[in-house]
Amino acid sequence: MTRTLWDSSVGKKTIMAVSGLIMLLYLVVHMIGNLKIFFGSGEFNHYAHWLRTMGEPFLHYEWALWIVRVVLVAAVVLHATSAYQLSRRDIKARPSKYVHKKPRASYATRTMRWGGIILALFIVWHILDLTTGTVHSGGFQSGHPYQNVIDTFSTWYGNTIYIVAMLALGLHVQHGFWSAAQTLGAGNATRDRALKTIANVLALVLTVGFISIPVAVMTGVVS
Amino acid sequence: MKLTLRVWRQKNADAPGAMSTYEVDGISQDMSFLEMLDTLNEELILVGDDPVAFDHDCREGICGACSLVINGDAHGPERTTTCQLHMRSFQDGDTIDIEPWRASAFPVVKDLVVDRSAFDRIIQAGGYISAPTGTAPEAHATPVPKPDADFAFEHAECIGCGACVAACPNGSAMLFTSAKINHLNVLPQGAPERETRVLDMVGQMDSEGFGGCTLTGECATACPKGIPLPSISAMNKEWLRATRKVHR
Ligand code: HEM
Ligand code: FES
Repeated sequence: MTRTLWDSSVGKKTIMAVSGLIMLLYLVVHMIGNLKIFFGSGEFNHYAHWLRTMGEPFLHYEWALWIVRVVLVAAVVLHATSAYQLSRRDIKARPSKYVHKKPRASYATRTMRWGGIILALFIVWHILDLTTGTVHSGGFQSGHPYQNVIDTFSTWYGNTIYIVAMLALGLHVQHGFWSAAQTLGAGNATRDRALKTIANVLALVLTVGFISIPVAVMTGVVS
Repeated sequence: MKLTLRVWRQKNADAPGAMSTYEVDGISQDMSFLEMLDTLNEELILVGDDPVAFDHDCREGICGACSLVINGDAHGPERTTTCQLHMRSFQDGDTIDIEPWRASAFPVVKDLVVDRSAFDRIIQAGGYISAPTGTAPEAHATPVPKPDADFAFEHAECIGCGACVAACPNGSAMLFTSAKINHLNVLPQGAPERETRVLDMVGQMDSEGFGGCTLTGECATACPKGIPLPSISAMNKEWLRATRKVHR
């Protein structure tokens, strides 16, 4: 069955849909967690610490966090590999363009590939910035995420990279969530409006929720 | 009406093609698009030129043979087939671009004619039912619920013209394949091959070199028969179900 999935264009698209939905679920949780920054450094840093003690005493310190990380890395790798292979197939299937061109499909639909590339680059930058601290602007201190976040959003490039990526995310989720429903066989005429509405709401909530943090730091609401 | 036509001319599959410009005059609004091309071809033959090759058969919108991309739209500006498109959809003095279906699975044979036999091979892979031959069975012997009959009929309307492939930016045949699969899979007559049909037809579709679906919806917009976009989701559901049930 794994072979059937990977060898078929429909199966590979299923892998994209499932990995995309896993990342989407994570992003909703991640956004809610991030919003705790509005309640001050104590609560935010406490939450960050809890992420490491989550599951204790059944799990050891940081085990739960590492399980989440492994699942996410697997999702990103599967999603990006399928995206690359399916895109190659699609481009090969339509080698000559029409002379008479027409702009078509929505902006979100047309930007799935570029948007995905922006997101992939962002994920790398984001980890090097706020997880490992490699490219962090201030003096990165692990265990003090509140200060680290403020430092990141105190630079023009930190804000720019973050906001551009979150706009790309909104577009990607808007088409992606609805697409995933179609791929998984949940689409039909009566459900279409509901699915599109959920996609729009998810996209908007994620984008606004994530962007509210750099905006709050820039305007001094969070400092 | 007087029109300027820019038509894709290509001698054969291997020759490079290009757009050629022609003027046609005396076109009536009541002519079909193909009759307009007939007028052009008569003139071309009179001056000793090679007439423009294009596919057509029934000219009444039911066979699926006609196939032109007109001003960037498969089958032109109306939701119908090119043979049922009338010149009243255009204005006197218009310039009209006419191109063949574009997809690597549909290679150009000559001018506006493409080879769509990839569709036949998808049908051969499972677009049939096993039925005993002989006298037709009593129609009421196999009850079909009304919603299923409607669903089957909606998909049976597909005439296999390939407009969906032509309109898709990925040259994907998902709408065609889904119409054929949904039509038979929902009916009791199609039940014996329900799983193998979807697996084999999707497999054949992939090996013909059609692209995948990115849900742009261009196919359903172009379809002269109005096969809806959610048909693809229904096929995906059948495919996932069959993958779980059949172990190969
Ligand atoms: C590694 C970075 C990423 C790349 C390269 C990427 C690329 C793509 C591409 C090319 C598509 C297909 C678009 C189409 O079929 O039109 C897609 C679909 C999708 N993406 Fe991403 N993406 C990435 C990250 C994400 C993230 C972070 C999420 C989480 C929200 C996500 C969720 C989705 C979903 C749900 C789909 C729909 C799958 C389907 O059509 O069934 N992607 N992605
Ligand atoms: S010629 Fe038969 S459908 Fe147009």
